[in-house]
Amino acid sequence: MTSQTTLSSEVSEKIKDEAFDVAPNWKLVWWRFKKHRLALVSAFVLFGIILIALFPDFFSIQDPNKSSARESFMPPQGISFFHDGSFQVHVKPLKGKRNKTTLKMEWGVDEKRILPLHFFTSGYEYEVFGLFKTDLHLFGIEKPSARNSFHLLGTDRLGRDQWSRLMHGTRVSLSIGLVAVGLSIFLGILLGGISGYYGGWPDLVIQRLIEILQSLPPIPIWMALTAALPRDWTVEQTYFAITLILSLLGWTTLGREVRGRFLSLREEDFVMAAKLSGCSQSRIIFRHMLPTFTSHIIATSTLAIPVMIINETFLSFLGLGLRPPAISWGVLLQEAQNLQSIALAPWLLLPGLAVIFTVLALNILGDGLRDAADPYS
Amino acid sequence: MTNQPLLEVRDLQTVFELDEGTVRAVDGVSFNVYPGRVLGIVGESGCGKSVTIKSVLRLIEEPGRIANGAIRFRSKILGNSSAEMVDLVQLPAKSAQLRALRGNEIALIPQEPMAAFSPVHTIGNQLMEVIQLHQPVSDGEAKKIAVNRLKEVGVPNPESAIDRYSWELSGGLRQRAMIGMALTCDPLLLIADEPTTAIDVTTQAQVLSLLRKLQQEHQTSIIFITHDLGVIAQLADDVVVMYLGKVMESGPVDQIFHNPQHPYTRALLRSIPTVYTKNRSRLPTISGSIPHPFQKRTGCPFVARCQEALPEQRCANQAPALKAINEHQSVSCFLHGEEVNVS
Amino acid sequence: MSAEPTQSTLTNNALISPERLLDVKELKKYFPIRKGVFKSVVGQVRSVDGVTFHLNQGETLGLVGESGCGKTTTSRCLLRAINPTSGEIRYRQADGQLVDVTQLASDQLRPVRREMQMIFQDPFASLNPRMNLLDLVGEPLLVNGVANRKERSDRVADLLRLVGLRPEYMRRFPHAFSGGQRQRIVIARALALNPRLVVADEPVSALDVSVQAQVLNLLLDLQEQLKLTYLFVAHDLSVVRHISDRVAVMYVGRIVEMSPTDELFLAPKHPYTAALLSAVPVADPRIRSKMQPLEGDVPSPSNPPNGCHFHPRCPFATELCRQQAPDLEEVQPNHFVACHRQAELKLSGVSEPT
Ligand SMILES: Nc1ncnc2c1ncn2[C@@H]1O[C@H](COP(=O)(O)OP(=O)(O)OP(=O)(O)O)[C@@H](O)[C@H]1O
Ligand SMILES: Nc1ncnc2c1ncn2[C@@H]1O[C@H](COP(=O)(O)OP(=O)(O)OP(=O)(O)O)[C@@H](O)[C@H]1O
Ligand code: SF4
Ligand code: SF4
Ligand SMILES: [Mg+2]
Ligand SMILES: [Mg+2]
Repeated sequence: MTSQTTLSSEVSEKIKDEAFDVAPNWKLVWWRFKKHRLALVSAFVLFGIILIALFPDFFSIQDPNKSSARESFMPPQGISFFHDGSFQVHVKPLKGKRNKTTLKMEWGVDEKRILPLHFFTSGYEYEVFGLFKTDLHLFGIEKPSARNSFHLLGTDRLGRDQWSRLMHGTRVSLSIGLVAVGLSIFLGILLGGISGYYGGWPDLVIQRLIEILQSLPPIPIWMALTAALPRDWTVEQTYFAITLILSLLGWTTLGREVRGRFLSLREEDFVMAAKLSGCSQSRIIFRHMLPTFTSHIIATSTLAIPVMIINETFLSFLGLGLRPPAISWGVLLQEAQNLQSIALAPWLLLPGLAVIFTVLALNILGDGLRDAADPYS
Repeated sequence: MTNQPLLEVRDLQTVFELDEGTVRAVDGVSFNVYPGRVLGIVGESGCGKSVTIKSVLRLIEEPGRIANGAIRFRSKILGNSSAEMVDLVQLPAKSAQLRALRGNEIALIPQEPMAAFSPVHTIGNQLMEVIQLHQPVSDGEAKKIAVNRLKEVGVPNPESAIDRYSWELSGGLRQRAMIGMALTCDPLLLIADEPTTAIDVTTQAQVLSLLRKLQQEHQTSIIFITHDLGVIAQLADDVVVMYLGKVMESGPVDQIFHNPQHPYTRALLRSIPTVYTKNRSRLPTISGSIPHPFQKRTGCPFVARCQEALPEQRCANQAPALKAINEHQSVSCFLHGEEVNVS
Repeated sequence: MSAEPTQSTLTNNALISPERLLDVKELKKYFPIRKGVFKSVVGQVRSVDGVTFHLNQGETLGLVGESGCGKTTTSRCLLRAINPTSGEIRYRQADGQLVDVTQLASDQLRPVRREMQMIFQDPFASLNPRMNLLDLVGEPLLVNGVANRKERSDRVADLLRLVGLRPEYMRRFPHAFSGGQRQRIVIARALALNPRLVVADEPVSALDVSVQAQVLNLLLDLQEQLKLTYLFVAHDLSVVRHISDRVAVMYVGRIVEMSPTDELFLAPKHPYTAALLSAVPVADPRIRSKMQPLEGDVPSPSNPPNGCHFHPRCPFATELCRQQAPDLEEVQPNHFVACHRQAELKLSGVSEPT
């Protein structure tokens, strides 16, 4: 019997399952992704940013909305680590002096005193997800006052602490990106899937819809739509409206991709084999088709988040998106809109750096994921 | 073989250094190509046939490199006298000499002619370009030569075919046009990498008989690569049998098919079905499968599947070298112990 | 069987001899060619254009032909993997009842499909790379009601053993296997539901030469053990000669000759069959020079020649051939030929092995 002879030949091979042999898809993706150093670093950076978005108050020094006329336009304060030759994390307090002729405050470092920096210290009280109250903060100084103040990234026109505002802006901007992309994914998979799996007239209708949406010039459309939002809406309402607008316009690329995947997968032998062995339609879609491109969807959406973030920033910067008292990166950058404030307080541009960092990290991560996404290619 | 070889490959080693490990795609390959003869290289998928000829053409790119060996070619344009051979391995990559060699004296027919033709130029334009690179002729004359070439390779209506694009032609015609282009400069050596694998049997028969006819007319030397033993039997004068980057056996085609000496050649010939086999008969098989290229190997590459492997792990521990067993035939197997030095 | 056959699916049992498992009549599959923004139909690809053949219980019918002649389309129509344009596919179920597969609604199709399985050409493409062997081979069992996990894994172990793989491999994913091993997995999966008919579409074409014989032998063994009937699709005549009891030769959507294997190879009656046989490169350098290649190319099925599809390439073509398509006729017991001149032509096949 041949099956006997072949069996005996198999015996001579080693039977031990190698890790590779029994590795499911996600593991293969992870092994490939690990080799991508830069993407791995980006993943860590993003992890930090996400932590900030989850617990902005914990990372803040001061209530982001607390203004103080006497502390407007204070420059950033650097952190020093040694004092008098011994290790002591501290900042130097600033001393303001009004210029006699211009009547502007001019800030200088008060070299005589130091303000020791404390970690896991208590500060203003805040609520965590509406669950409990705490006053724990990552760092801060003891008993801040006008004379003893600490503003890591300086203050704005109204004397609000920019670092704390940046932390809160991170939550809003990142979550708009994530939620908008989440909605886009949902729409993209649903409509793209229908289009690609069923074909026929649904396909034609959805294809035309995508073509129309893609042929619209995005910037004027966003501007028109967001400008149409009622001025008296609350911060939350505008927030959701903006997210919705971004995702309604943003799902088309993903929809196209999903459709293409479904179209080509429909012809794949293993899908045909599943169909012939009696699998139901939902099993074919959810067990055989979707898993083959989930990693692609993840990669594509990772690359879509930065676009959403930039869109939001851009809209808010123009004053068409979120408006104060909401805090987002775009709103923060709005403060740096006129030349005067840039000249006077260049640190107001620092939130721009946050945008750049986040967008870069997301893009690198997305690229890494995309490269690792298909271990069978 | 009394006359001198046109191409001498000695102990060629080509490796690919990948993240997963080093692939020794070609691992000590030696063979000769004689003027006016067809050398067939046969072996299963992944055994290193394409890498061998890419090495000869010096077309190996990162992460691959030629790690060792010599590729000596009797070039008319590079050599000073007809007796001198040029070692292609020593020539700098991308050098003008190599380019001149590839264009004039060594021509390639790739496996997929679709990729070799540009889709945006007509067949005629591409043929004329090649002709004018080698001969200082006017456009009109180049066109005439091109038409003649196409006629020679049996393209019907060459005058109209010349104005068509490669993708408008059928697979067989495209392959003919490719052969016509490769022969434009009357190369000394024609290398064909599985030129008929992607096409049908009846078309394959056309291409093979065309190649045979042209070879006899021009007395070109050919290296013909295939995994089809039938094609080898029909076309080759000499045969090199490869397995896992190594030469198992080489010799004249009649010896290889009627007096094979290597266990792999023997097993392979036994296991292929032919149109002569009685129907529903059970074929002798080669057990197991080809090892993965990343797998570390010591000893004879065929040992895991060899039915004649010697006792006491000899074959597993030591790799047999390619030895000449008579004037024409070489084998790398311990069953052929008596050492005769290869020239 | 769960589904009650309707009037239209019931055919007269008496007309077909009981050893017939499958009877295909005038099967046609036309694919529309669409162009333009509105996807209007501008023509048709006649991939399968009136194919008639039958399969007896326990035999292997080889279906050969060159690329694009409609072999895959024919075999997929049999299982209704694609819906034929017209024609009849009468199948005798295990209980002896004849059904016309082309007429079955999807719920009636299910029990019939359990008895027919398919083996695909490319073992890399026909196994979902994201499922391990247990899930892959066990899937037909799962979706056909073998819900118990233990039962399923026992059955999968049996199946793996049957095709010469170790049951210990059950947790591995397809990427851990070579081409030949993967084809064994595909075979195990196809056998999971105890089919009676196995449609194998070029099951060894993608395999290394040195493992082809293993899979061919396995298919022969399984056929004897499990009393299977095969439709074996291939373009390699050597493989077909080796495995088939009877052979059908296709050319541009039609069957041109069908006969017992040895008869077809030794004494072909259709000029195309003879040309095909002479084009096979013989693995013997002492039998050379016989190659007399056929002129021209295979015509496109979207625009086939009139009359006999083979006439532009046929050395024996006459005016009649250009006008009128020959019917497939039984010219000797069990030997069917579609050629106007078959009676007068003296064609030679392959010579007997020496
Ligand atoms: N660019 C490359 N990078 C990495 N490995 C390569 C590369 N090219 C070839 N190889 C490896 O070298 C080995 C030999 O490949 P080669 O293409 O020469 O095989 P072949 O004999 O031509 O097979 P086939 O019949 O499939 O064409 C294979 O194991 C292949 O994986
Ligand atoms: N879905 C489709 N739409 C349009 N044309 C098709 C489709 N499927 C197959 N065809 C055409 O039908 C003809 C027959 O195809 P088929 O795949 O059945 O050939 P085949 O004999 O299996 O060939 P091969 O040996 O290449 O597998 C081909 O010309 C092909 O282009
Ligand atoms: S060296 Fe040993 S294992 Fe290798 S082919 Fe010869 S007998 Fe077989
Ligand atoms: S019918 Fe005519 S053209 Fe067709 S095969 Fe017969 S002889 Fe040739
Ligand atoms: Mg190759
Ligand atoms: Mg096919």
